[in-house]
Amino acid sequence: MPERIPEDSIGIVEGAVEHFDEPLELESSERLEAFDLAFETYGTLNPERSNAVLVCHALSGDQHAAGYLSMEDRKPGWWDNMIGPGKPLDTERFYVVSINVLGSCKGSTGPSSINPATGEPYGLEFPIVTVKDWVASQIRLMDRLGISQWRAVVGGSLGGMNALQWAIDYPERVEACVAVAAAPKLSAQNIAFNEVARQAIMTDPEFHGGRYYGGEKPRRGLALARMIGHITYLSEDAMRDKFGRDLRKGQPLSYGFDVDFEVESYLRYQGRRFVDRFDANSYLYLTKVLDYFDPAADYDGDLSRAFAHSDNRFLVVAFSSDWRFSAERSREITRALYTNNLDVTFAEIESPHGHDAFLLNIRAYHDMVATFMDRLSRDAGL
Amino acid sequence: MRGYDQRGHGMKTGAKRFRVDFDVIESWVEPRTRILDLGCGDGTLLARLRDNKTISGYGVEISVHNIIACIDKGVPVIQADLDTGLQDFEPDSVDFVVLSQTLQAIRHPHYLLREMLRVGREAIVSFPNIGHWLARAQLGLGGRMPRTPSLPYNWYNTPNIHLHTLRDFEFLCRQEDIEILERRVLDRHGRSGMLAHRLPNLYGATAMYRIQRGPGMSL
Repeated sequence: MPERIPEDSIGIVEGAVEHFDEPLELESSERLEAFDLAFETYGTLNPERSNAVLVCHALSGDQHAAGYLSMEDRKPGWWDNMIGPGKPLDTERFYVVSINVLGSCKGSTGPSSINPATGEPYGLEFPIVTVKDWVASQIRLMDRLGISQWRAVVGGSLGGMNALQWAIDYPERVEACVAVAAAPKLSAQNIAFNEVARQAIMTDPEFHGGRYYGGEKPRRGLALARMIGHITYLSEDAMRDKFGRDLRKGQPLSYGFDVDFEVESYLRYQGRRFVDRFDANSYLYLTKVLDYFDPAADYDGDLSRAFAHSDNRFLVVAFSSDWRFSAERSREITRALYTNNLDVTFAEIESPHGHDAFLLNIRAYHDMVATFMDRLSRDAGL
Repeated sequence: MRGYDQRGHGMKTGAKRFRVDFDVIESWVEPRTRILDLGCGDGTLLARLRDNKTISGYGVEISVHNIIACIDKGVPVIQADLDTGLQDFEPDSVDFVVLSQTLQAIRHPHYLLREMLRVGREAIVSFPNIGHWLARAQLGLGGRMPRTPSLPYNWYNTPNIHLHTLRDFEFLCRQEDIEILERRVLDRHGRSGMLAHRLPNLYGATAMYRIQRGPGMSL
């Protein structure tokens, strides 16, 4: 728990949930009859309603991006270093909205929600959703909040893809797009890692075809999936610096299959901790969302055509040691935007921290986002 | 940051950038065109061309520090290392590619010139002339590597690894089948004086060229 709330924190925050009755037609051609979106907001919407910024979370993130939920909260939201008074997404100037995606398990409708048709949790009956569906759901909330245009949509990793999809589907509803550590689509290697994670969950004896609610959960499978994910979030150098071949608590080798090395202990800890806060079915759905993301697919693989209707400003940021979504992937995005003569700035930030760098307070990266947001706010006369 | 700020391309390193050529570039660039400014520094030139000539343009920069300065000016900039060419940019995707005071700091100048003319319909190149009488005097009479107002470095810390004269540049253009459309030579005071006009390779401190692909140029 924070002894006291730091001065540059947004402070204690409260979540909200909005219910939507109008059915949502999904890309899969299935439909979601009704759905909830859970979200948090930080800062104040100005009378002109022109200072709203949408923050999109990554695979295992949620709407709690900044501040503390209570004085007992051990840690602030996942992007607290980015969002707050005087921070790059400055809540003194911007009204920041952070929405939990469909398919997740943090308050927005997902596989663990009750299916109104059956009165039981959806489980694998939940329809497959896509990034495009997310944007279609998010615009409903935007309308309900009375916001006609986001000053910016900002996200990292899968959240960055969500931000790009906004510029593709509703360019007129967005001024600018900030995509950090994103990719235009997953590589075969990315999909392979996701598939191993899904298999870990689905082959857990407690999985029961996704109908495990109310009983034992597929804990081992989900923990294993998370461990695999974590390997891809860190760079080899970051792992070496963090753990090396250090033995746990300085103990000698066990000559057995218990945890010997710190890195094993770390991964097991991350896996265990994740199981308590995340739903295995949601992990299946969200990894599929990643696998299916490919805005160029509708245009014979030509990404630049996907952005043909966009007239937005873009900031594309990558990190040098990110091998999950490497800087080259961000360059692909940048090239597509350049081809459309769009206002795009691209930078590759030097960092040893791998994919996870987008969550860290790296000076050059934060300065860049802060300057970009500042310029947007000046141009909009905020 | 990579320490690229120390290495630098061109004159942006530390000292005040030597940019007497901006006026000439502005006069050469046609309004409402699309421009790529290589080694754009803090984006001053592009911001000026945007405001005065309504061009749309991108900077290409390696230094994160400069990229942030560009963002502040509202100048789009794409990070790239000019030594690796212009792979992110499609052929004929801009009207003008500008390389101001940077050619002499590039690892493979002839390759970059080819790249510029692949991406742009026309290129504008400016560079400090090592054939200037002051530099010649320092080397020829003083026996030391030249240090002049436009070349303020010591031999051991200069980013300018490929210094050249006007004649060197023009010889390279002939060899590469690059067509010179226009030349402007500025003296030490940034003026197109009589001496710089008559004896450009001796009195020119800064040389500026508008170039395009020659008929037989291979890309």
